[in-house]
Amino acid sequence: MSSETMTIFSPKVAARFDALVQKYPVKRSALVPMLLYAQDEVGYLSDAVIADVAARIGITELEVRNVATYYSMLRFKPAGKFNVQVCTNISCMLRGAYDLFDRFQDELGVGHKGVTPDGVFSLEEVECIGACCWAPAIQVNYDFHDDLTPDQVPAILDTYRGKAKAEGTAAHA
Amino acid sequence: MADVTITVDGKKLTAPAGALLIDVCRKAGIEIPAFCYYPGLSLQAACRMCVVRQEKVPKLQTACTTTVAEGQVFITDSPEITQARKATIELLLGNHPLDCPVCDAGGECELQDMTFKYGAGESLYAEAKQHREEQQWSPAVFYDRPRCILCYRCIRMCGEGMDVWALGVQNRGASAVIAPNGGDRLDCEQCGMCIDVCPVGALTSGSYRYKTRPWEMNHVSTVCTHCADGCKVTLGVRQSNDGSAIVRADNRDKSGINGDFLCAKGRFGFDFVENPERLSKPLVRNAAGKLEPATWEHALRVAAARLKEVRDSRGGSAIGVIGSNVTTNEENYLLQKFARAVLQTNNIDHERTTDYSAFAHALAGHTGRSASLREIAAAPAILLIGGNPTEEHPLLAWELRTNVRLNRARLYIANTAEIKLERQAKAVLRLSANGYTHLPAYLGGSDAAIANTAFREALLAEESLVVIFGQEYRGAPVEELVQWGVNRPNVRFAFLGDLANSRGAADMGLLPSLLPGYVPVTTPGAFAAEYSGMPTAPGKTHPEMLAAAANGQLGALFIVGANPVSSLRSDPAQLKGTFVIVQDIFLTETAALADVVFPAASLYEKTGTITNTYGDVQLVKKGADRAGTKPDFEILVRLAGAMGVDVKALVPFGKTGMTADLGQSRGAQAGEADRHAVWLAARGLEPKLSPFDPLAALDEIERLVPAYKLDRPNLFGGNDATTDPGFVPVSALSGPDLVTPTHNGLFTSGTLGYYSDSLKDLQRHQTPARAETAAD
Repeated sequence: MSSETMTIFSPKVAARFDALVQKYPVKRSALVPMLLYAQDEVGYLSDAVIADVAARIGITELEVRNVATYYSMLRFKPAGKFNVQVCTNISCMLRGAYDLFDRFQDELGVGHKGVTPDGVFSLEEVECIGACCWAPAIQVNYDFHDDLTPDQVPAILDTYRGKAKAEGTAAHA
Repeated sequence: MADVTITVDGKKLTAPAGALLIDVCRKAGIEIPAFCYYPGLSLQAACRMCVVRQEKVPKLQTACTTTVAEGQVFITDSPEITQARKATIELLLGNHPLDCPVCDAGGECELQDMTFKYGAGESLYAEAKQHREEQQWSPAVFYDRPRCILCYRCIRMCGEGMDVWALGVQNRGASAVIAPNGGDRLDCEQCGMCIDVCPVGALTSGSYRYKTRPWEMNHVSTVCTHCADGCKVTLGVRQSNDGSAIVRADNRDKSGINGDFLCAKGRFGFDFVENPERLSKPLVRNAAGKLEPATWEHALRVAAARLKEVRDSRGGSAIGVIGSNVTTNEENYLLQKFARAVLQTNNIDHERTTDYSAFAHALAGHTGRSASLREIAAAPAILLIGGNPTEEHPLLAWELRTNVRLNRARLYIANTAEIKLERQAKAVLRLSANGYTHLPAYLGGSDAAIANTAFREALLAEESLVVIFGQEYRGAPVEELVQWGVNRPNVRFAFLGDLANSRGAADMGLLPSLLPGYVPVTTPGAFAAEYSGMPTAPGKTHPEMLAAAANGQLGALFIVGANPVSSLRSDPAQLKGTFVIVQDIFLTETAALADVVFPAASLYEKTGTITNTYGDVQLVKKGADRAGTKPDFEILVRLAGAMGVDVKALVPFGKTGMTADLGQSRGAQAGEADRHAVWLAARGLEPKLSPFDPLAALDEIERLVPAYKLDRPNLFGGNDATTDPGFVPVSALSGPDLVTPTHNGLFTSGTLGYYSDSLKDLQRHQTPARAETAAD
């Protein structure tokens, strides 16, 4: 397929997509997993991602958007390098999730769906992340941090700031 | 499927097993409300309005998805159901603005009707309604999100019905919106079907929005004036300063050959009638050589005097007549009768876009071989050769898609180019550039030029077949193709033409060598007695007429609704020495050169019949009115009257005062009968009372043209009456080289399209100038 040679994805993800579209009786069943993998790689569903995915599945870009806009975990704007997702559903809420969320807002200086000016963090209030037993819990990208108090927030953020700096210098070196 | 008996509200109903309950009930006159259900489209079950109680089923069921089976018992009307529907409406109204007084749909809104019926005018919801600004997606389509009730009809119509898939739904729940494919614009065929199916005023039409209210209009069912498919269209007409104006076109009652369907031209392209350049006064060239407004009497006198003078001094052969592709059958018939019987010339022609005479010739003697559009819509197998219906015959394309989708018809396509309908095709045969000429031989079993036996075998395995072929065929190849089919059982044909009444123009004998019904002028038969003084030598074709005018051989040229100067790209100076009379809607390039110009009424402003390219005759009714213009029929009769002709001989109206002579009388009149009166009496018809009544000419057409045996109750009831060219006894080929297809697309329609601002807007929208898109 000519679309493969034009792809915007890394060889690994592109290969994964090629396998995915073959996996189901109808190609479009692969749409949602593809969108998730694409978002992980690119950071968000850009117009280019939507066009590429549509071409791979053989549906219109409009159809991709119809599906993608349904899900709140798929985004159309870049998030920060580390996306802080604070659960505020009932267990977490009862154990102080809103205090935690407020502390994140204060520390980061951004609100729900906000991105810090340096692009390192973004903040999101999310629905249940399945960590009720250890509430209140947050998820930073795919890492969990649980049984938190607001005072632990600066330390968590510092860890990730350090990671960002390390990767930044590594990239420059 | 086998019939089953169910009980609905205590009534026993019988229906095929598996039929949808909603359809069964509606057919039996039991009303089931529904917003999302739309006949012919896939099921959505989104609106919950059609809920009914089914015995032994714990919850209310949606009638739109319930299939009937033996012994089921339903209740469709009870306090419980009323309460459920009322609650549904209350939820829908939770975000629906109550702007009915300004909404286009007010008065014909399904949500409004249901709110009145179920009384959900008051709500317990006190939350603020979500508001979003309205969006313009194209010159034709506006979207008002707050009014949308998310029934998905537009999405399914656009996708399944039109095969365009330009609409989708985005986001979720209360924040869901209908979204166009181009982000903020609609890249589609602009048919406006989404507006038509919208049960509320969420999708509104650029040409109609905020103009009027449904009850302020008269609704007149007539036939579209654009392409040769002949869709029935309902004009919403309202009084205006100079007559009455068309404010809307749709197919309001979904009747006629097109059912729900109408394309962009039919829906939005009516505005040419309002164009300020419209002619509204007769024009006569004055001594200074300028066209100046004149009275009808003066203009008719000048034109009649010159026609008479040329005929009497130089003979009929010095006069040429060119007719139109968009005037009615009656007008075409009268024009050729006027030319032949009054002007005594066979120099009559029209701008031919399709070689219908070859088609009639090929079918001569084979009845039941031409396919009407309804037959195409129900045919189990169709072979489409050439043409591009999606662009040039939108209704045909719609019928083919629908037939494939709902009836699993098998569509075979043979074309040199790739066309959109191939998405619906079972098999496609890609032809080389000259493949069309080889096709009859290929179908007959020869593999010499086209090697694809699978396609032919699939085709030949069909028990019955409708063959639709395009304008790529003219002359002898038409004959070869039809010959292949008439030798096989159950093969019918349809020939695709271009303009609203191109078929009618040919059928009515606007041809130099053929009379109405394709009877050769050389052997006029019955016409010899009807058209006294008619010459029997073939006349000049329209290019020959213009050439004769250039040579000074033509004294007068009478042109009705045609623009040969533009279409033949001829030098305006050629017409200098000829007296030119033009009847048209606009001052075309040809009319500008004329000595007398008569302002004609458009097809939307007159009565008569037209014939679509499938030979279906439909009634045209006067919708709008434009002060100063007259129908071509009336102008012709007046012109003949001004020439001193006995108008009764031209248009059979009124009682003749003579009873039919059954052969008793002697002398010169022996055996002569008033054939028309006899014909009328035999059919129990009254003579028409006015010389300006086109239906008097229709009587004569029916009497003289064997193919036009019209089913009158059907025709006058607003349906299509089929004709059968196979009745034609004799005919001859007539200049296939003169056929010039216009290939009007979705947004072009010859002269009419040129004067339609809305079609031009749509065309501009389809090809956006990227540089012009400002950032604001």
